Amino acid sequence: MSDTLIRTPLYDEHVALGARMVDFAGFEMPVQYGGILEEHLATRESVGIFDVSHMAEFRISGEGAFDFLNTMLSNEVNKIVDIGAAQYTLLLNDAGCIIDDLIVYNTGLEFLIISNASNRFQDWNWLYEHKPDNVEMFDETDRTGLIAVQGPKALGVLKQIFGPSWEPPHRFHIEPATIDGKIDVLVARTGYTGEDGVEIIVHKDDVVALWRMLLSFPEVSPVGLGARDTLRLEMGYSLYGSDMDITRDPISAGLGWACPKSKEGYTGCEALKAIRETGPSVRLVHLLVENGIPRHGYSVLHEGKEIGTVGSGSHSPSLGKGMATAYVPAEFAEPGTELEIQIRKRTVSATVVKPPFLVK
Amino acid sequence: MDMPKDRKYSIDHEWVIVEGDEATIGITEYAQDALGEVVYVDLPDEGESFAVGDTFGEVESVKSVSELFMPVSGEVIAINDSLADAPETINDDCYGDGWMIRVRIENESGLADLLDAEAYLASIDE
Repeated sequence: MSDTLIRTPLYDEHVALGARMVDFAGFEMPVQYGGILEEHLATRESVGIFDVSHMAEFRISGEGAFDFLNTMLSNEVNKIVDIGAAQYTLLLNDAGCIIDDLIVYNTGLEFLIISNASNRFQDWNWLYEHKPDNVEMFDETDRTGLIAVQGPKALGVLKQIFGPSWEPPHRFHIEPATIDGKIDVLVARTGYTGEDGVEIIVHKDDVVALWRMLLSFPEVSPVGLGARDTLRLEMGYSLYGSDMDITRDPISAGLGWACPKSKEGYTGCEALKAIRETGPSVRLVHLLVENGIPRHGYSVLHEGKEIGTVGSGSHSPSLGKGMATAYVPAEFAEPGTELEIQIRKRTVSATVVKPPFLVK
Repeated sequence: MDMPKDRKYSIDHEWVIVEGDEATIGITEYAQDALGEVVYVDLPDEGESFAVGDTFGEVESVKSVSELFMPVSGEVIAINDSLADAPETINDDCYGDGWMIRVRIENESGLADLLDAEAYLASIDE
């Protein structure tokens, strides 16, 4: 493993827990502690905690911040003018292709953007180049730790940490909180697993204490990137780099909902109008596979002819079946369409389904 | 590491119990541990024949795939059907209920290359 990999403030905790560490987006991250299945089910049934400190955080402030973000982001930023509101949104280029997907939070003091670790510098540069003088940007990534706390028992555990009077923020909202009057955090009712829970933004000097505090509850398990991937894929949540990238537009990617038709004047808007008019030539589909595990790069076939390749592919621990995403010609995108996936020497049947794979 | 002495091992991490002209084959503790939780096993059909070193199937965990290599040459006379519904048996009991196939040995090729428990253990310690 290269010694140039970045370590999050929780690195020593992961190693002490016996995690298998891998290179992920230039970070040395835990892929699993015990087993992926076990961690996946722990999150579905109890509470899983995830070190997501590798994700990038930018603070955007100043008089022009709202107008700037409204021009740069695809979703309606005016829907998060209330303090504490958050929104899933896309960063597009002029061609209407996806630079990144991210969540923007209105903390009251400023806008906070959390984006994919692998796109940190690309996003930063794109925003910074377009920034007017009355907007300030600050890259908070190296100063903060981020822990996702996800699962049906997550809020119960958090109540014990924050105190009985603590109420969780509403879904897709963020609020400050304090632990023992000492540790200041931002609690966001967001996540990437399909479970209820929060993501906690904390100063890097306090993240180890918070991690240990969470793990002191018997219902809490540490969960690695392996299960994070199976959890999000079961819910049909797209992952940058697998389900979308700079060559894809939001309409093809099934993310048109994050680019409302009623919104005008943002980067990529005109290009999207043209795509909406003609309809995209390809679409991202979700494929359920009964007999085998599809993996990234495998061929997707229709009557023996290759029509696409698997973007995300894995085993669904909740369903005990294979699941995949792929871009295929739009005529094959209808739910119920029967396709095939080439799994090494075998060709197995795959059915286009409407996401999520796991209906909760 | 658990390493039964009643059988032989291949450097590809399969174990073999030879009884007369029949051999029962599975994967080792080391192999199942390296794979992680097994979620899918692809085994051959009865009646298929394989030579030493042929791929006779695949075993998958959530994150990885591993091919299964024939440690002996022969015709498949039985497969462990229960693994289709309970692939995790390979993690739970790789030397017992997690056996994979039984073959009728066709010739002696490969048999001499199999390792005893001690030699196999040494090979994975390297």
